[in-house]
Amino acid sequence: MTGGNNYMIEARDVRKSFGRTPALRGATVAAAPGEILAIMGPSGSGKSTLLHCLAGIFRPDSGEVRLAGTRLDDRSEAVRTRLRRTHFGFVFQFGQLVPELTAADNVALPLLLNRVNRKSAYAAAATWLDRLGLSGKDRRRTGELSGGEAQRVAVARALTLRPKVIFADEPTGSLDTLTGEKVMDLLTGLAREQGSTVVLITHDSRVAAYADRVVLVRDGVVSADLGAKAVPL
Amino acid sequence: MSVPLTLLALLEREPSHGYDLKRDYDAYFGHGKQLPFGQVYATLGRLARDGKVVAGDTEPGDGPDRKRYAITKAGRNEVDAWLADAIEPEPHLQTVLFAKVTLALMLGRPAESYLDVQRAAHMRRMHELTRLKRSGGLVDVLLADHALFHLEADLRWIDTTTARLSELRDLVNGESR
Repeated sequence: MTGGNNYMIEARDVRKSFGRTPALRGATVAAAPGEILAIMGPSGSGKSTLLHCLAGIFRPDSGEVRLAGTRLDDRSEAVRTRLRRTHFGFVFQFGQLVPELTAADNVALPLLLNRVNRKSAYAAAATWLDRLGLSGKDRRRTGELSGGEAQRVAVARALTLRPKVIFADEPTGSLDTLTGEKVMDLLTGLAREQGSTVVLITHDSRVAAYADRVVLVRDGVVSADLGAKAVPL
Repeated sequence: MSVPLTLLALLEREPSHGYDLKRDYDAYFGHGKQLPFGQVYATLGRLARDGKVVAGDTEPGDGPDRKRYAITKAGRNEVDAWLADAIEPEPHLQTVLFAKVTLALMLGRPAESYLDVQRAAHMRRMHELTRLKRSGGLVDVLLADHALFHLEADLRWIDTTTARLSELRDLVNGESR
């Protein structure tokens, strides 16, 4: 079941309710390979639910989600979990790192889960931590790192598998302006370098300005596409 | 703030005398500074000369305010284009944006779409400035930061105004006539 377009990730007329409360009322959005797409919208507009549906974390009540043209929403939970591990990277505002583990452990974890041998996984983790300016911090527990350092570890972990799509939900929400800027520079720069698509949820227009394209979600639908940028960053 | 375009848009609601136009202009867009009668009539004269309004017959009575002005098709087209166009994204746009949103609501036009057009123009400018920060030196970065913070403030105003559109619609439609 493949679609006839060139999108890397796509939601078509997706609806999702929690109990009697509709969160998405027919949301349609798509991102091209290598595109950085920002999804903005007021609190409660459904933007995070849309990201969770695109990432296969939530199954929509109706509508379709496709990864590189292939239906994702009708797969079993086990298949979607495997796809998430192999094809997607995640950067959230809080909580995706295991605080008791070291920075290197956290970055190596997705590789180890994908059965990469331990030596290669830790070598790759060291390379990524170095690229993110964290060399020397690899043996520190992430719970002991500053917010900006921890978020850079999260970016390293999201990038380490060279995922097709990186989902970032308010990735700078807990950081000050300059630290957030550094995280966004690294996230978008490195994602672009390796050709990953980025779907970025943010309420912050300065963060959205890193994206190639911005869409607005209002009342559970994508209500406006603010257009492609002439020159990618 | 464009007085001719604002008067033209006010005339789209219904043909009016200069006095009525001045009263509505002062109420919504004067911000405590009244529009002089002389400027109202001079502007209406120029709009009539350019074919954007037509003056009706002189009505009997005293004083200068004896003509009723009506918008023409050319005038309507000009209002259309003005409302739908984004303003060049630069700091301190609120006065013009406020006027455009208020007039759009008075005229039953899609104010939300107009705000989205402006939002897109702002985001494009912010993207350009963010790009500049990546390639420029520290002075460029600091100047771009200043512009970005101002544009961000505009966007916050646009977001808040979008959330308050129905309230504003009730206000202008209840009091505009």
